Amino acid sequence: MRGLKIIVLAKQVPDTRNVGKDAMKADGTVNRAALPAIFNPEDLNALEQALRLKDKYPGTTITLLTMGPGRAAEIIREAMYRGADNGYLLTDRKFAGSDTLATSYALSLAIKKLSPFDLVITGRQAIDGDTAQVGPQVAEKLDLPQITYAEEIISVGKKKITVKRRLERGVETLEAPLPLVITVHSSAPECRPRHAKYTIKYKHARSLGELQDTSEDYLQLQKDRPYLLINEWSVTDIDADLEQLGLSGSPTKVKKIENVVFTSRETRVLSPADDDIDNLMKELIEGHTIG
Amino acid sequence: MANYYTDNKDIKFHLGHPLMKKIVQLKERGFDDKDSYDYAFLDFEDAMDSYDKILEIVGDICGNVIAPNAESVDAEGPRLENNEVKYARGTQENHEALTRSGLIGMSLPRKYGGLNFPMVPYVMAAEIVSRADAGFANIWGLQDCAETLHEFGSEEIKDEFLPRFNKGATAAMDLTEPDAGSDLQAVQLKAAWDEKRNVWLLNGVKRFITNGDANISLVLARSEEGTADGRGLSLFVYDRKDKGLTIRRIENKLGIKGSPTCELVFRDAPAKLVGSRKFGLIKYVMSLMNSARLGVAAQSVGISEAAYREALKYAEERAQFGRPVIYFPAIYEMLRNMEVKIKAQRTLLYETARFVDIYKNYNSISEERKLEAEERSEQKKYQRLADVFTPLLKLISSEYCNQIAYDALQVHGGAGFMKDFPVERIYRDARITSIYEGTSQLQVVAAIRGVTSGTYLNHIRDTCEKESVGPELEYLKTRLVTMTDEYEKCVERVIGEEDSEFLDFHARRLVEMAGNIIMGYLLLKDTRRDGSYLNIASIFINTSRAHNREKADYIIEFDIKELGSFKYNPDK
Repeated sequence: MRGLKIIVLAKQVPDTRNVGKDAMKADGTVNRAALPAIFNPEDLNALEQALRLKDKYPGTTITLLTMGPGRAAEIIREAMYRGADNGYLLTDRKFAGSDTLATSYALSLAIKKLSPFDLVITGRQAIDGDTAQVGPQVAEKLDLPQITYAEEIISVGKKKITVKRRLERGVETLEAPLPLVITVHSSAPECRPRHAKYTIKYKHARSLGELQDTSEDYLQLQKDRPYLLINEWSVTDIDADLEQLGLSGSPTKVKKIENVVFTSRETRVLSPADDDIDNLMKELIEGHTIG
Repeated sequence: MANYYTDNKDIKFHLGHPLMKKIVQLKERGFDDKDSYDYAFLDFEDAMDSYDKILEIVGDICGNVIAPNAESVDAEGPRLENNEVKYARGTQENHEALTRSGLIGMSLPRKYGGLNFPMVPYVMAAEIVSRADAGFANIWGLQDCAETLHEFGSEEIKDEFLPRFNKGATAAMDLTEPDAGSDLQAVQLKAAWDEKRNVWLLNGVKRFITNGDANISLVLARSEEGTADGRGLSLFVYDRKDKGLTIRRIENKLGIKGSPTCELVFRDAPAKLVGSRKFGLIKYVMSLMNSARLGVAAQSVGISEAAYREALKYAEERAQFGRPVIYFPAIYEMLRNMEVKIKAQRTLLYETARFVDIYKNYNSISEERKLEAEERSEQKKYQRLADVFTPLLKLISSEYCNQIAYDALQVHGGAGFMKDFPVERIYRDARITSIYEGTSQLQVVAAIRGVTSGTYLNHIRDTCEKESVGPELEYLKTRLVTMTDEYEKCVERVIGEEDSEFLDFHARRLVEMAGNIIMGYLLLKDTRRDGSYLNIASIFINTSRAHNREKADYIIEFDIKELGSFKYNPDK
């Protein structure tokens, strides 16, 4: 089997798993400054799938593609520390305000520019939006087949791939032609830790934007070691239609944001009698706590 | 996501010691490797940043893989199947995680796939791994064998074995035999040169061998027929691929259950000679043992840290008489003393590691070029210090480790005696530290030389006392000077008797007195660098002053005739 060319799509997200008091602003939007920026967890699962293919099929290369502000270069480095070969950062003020449709439009243009490739792998969804739309939309825009909720890439043949996907009530194993888009579920193996050597090798990797604030020595180092450059693409680099980007390209409109505060009330003691349990279950279902 | 490096500022504090500049420069020479390896360091700052980043990976794997596996590894343990040792599932996972992150063979030069780590950050990694799972730390820590092969093996042996470590090869050091434990001179396993096959063949039995079914084993064997002492022993390297040994059994132990302790039978096992004949015990094993002792010290500090954290957490949560038990003097005293002992042994650990780093680097530079006179005198100075600090450290850290584990369980009360809390396992794991790689009693035999030769005293008087601690810490220093005067008196008293048994009898007391003074000075120096250590230094100096006085009183008042009342008399 030849080496594969894999593109991993990843997003830098606010860590909504460790939410403190000031996680939301008064207007109901996420206070990004108060939350640490992390590699979206399911995108890490996706990266691990790519790395496993790289272990299995020598010659495989992994390119990390992300869209976001300049500091999103951090997740490209994170991917490099684990074994990704290079990365592209789509960054431009004109991308700001993009919803999933506009985002997948921009990403699909960038992916086209990175052609040819065998696989696009990404996480099922990001923890800041939980839409699970970007992966499938990218596939549609590229007119590629897609396998969502993947748990394991079982094998890759010359022209087809076999993937196990996690469904609500079981698993399903599918075959699909290459190239295609795969979205990976959180039940897939966790991403490996950083590799010591890659970490030392790539810790000096910088995007052009980051390089503006560094010393001369650093610029020389980047010149001597071209692999340390994190590629940056703007709207013009991917020939995007401005109408389809940012707020104008985003049909999603936020109708209302509600502040839901969980408050605990006094404890209630229930008897182990069937009636009490029945009533509790009904209450929980009516209150949408379960079901 | 737990991280056992970033959650422990004390380790990073020691990594930032001023002497690291010298150590890194010696280790990296002129940073020449940077032109040949894309993962070599560019300069001192880059090296320090890289150590930090790599320890963060170690901390990540320890916090999220190794520690969560510890309980199941302890319960499952390794097993013997078809003459092969099968690790517990968790052990296998731990090893794979570390291998996959390139963390095996860390101290080897880059040309053998290593990271060229000095002792200091390497020992830090060992401490962190031990905190996560002390038993697993043995399997990981046996990469020390790579260091011995690198130091003493021929180019051919180095090229054959060293690159395998970074790819995950495990190692063992096969020294102990049924009748040769503390007394390694009695080793019987036979090595004979086979003319026809052009190899050495090993025959005999080894016992209590940690990780006995390793890929690569260093074996101490008698190569000189007709000899009976240490001068007839040589060191060999055996490759598991050659299938020359039978694993008779895996021992069922009190603690560190995840680490397979094997009894091995060698039958015409082919092996290669490491270094020169007859130097096996007197040179190579001594060196190997010294690094293993540093390893056990790191393990002791790691176990202590784990025990302390369990106790602290429990004491904060467990309420009795209406409030968490940590608010009661009996409990908070125990906990603070545990913390003080951890910081004291840790500062001694990294001081010793720095000494080892400096002299070993000079050793290796001396193979490339002739050392300048000044370098040679530094090499000698640090080797002398490392030689007396290593047994002192091993003694103190392993004993502290046991005391801390004991108190940590005590803080838990009855709950600690149950299998429901990790402290029970930690308590069992701690017990071996004062036994293997030389019992505490044997560490005293090695360390007493530092007392009788005056090496400790000279170091205290000429180095520790001369360093200024600033007026605000002077009062603590004065106490240490008084303790040193008392120590000196005790040494004079014991040596003055000119009776070796009397010296042996009080040896441990003298060594511990010296150790207390040295740790006191180290904590003072730490306080000078970071004021937050003041409380720790102050508690340590005050309690050890009391301990030293008790010992001094006993030694000074002890009549040599009383020795007889202790002696064993088979006729009575």
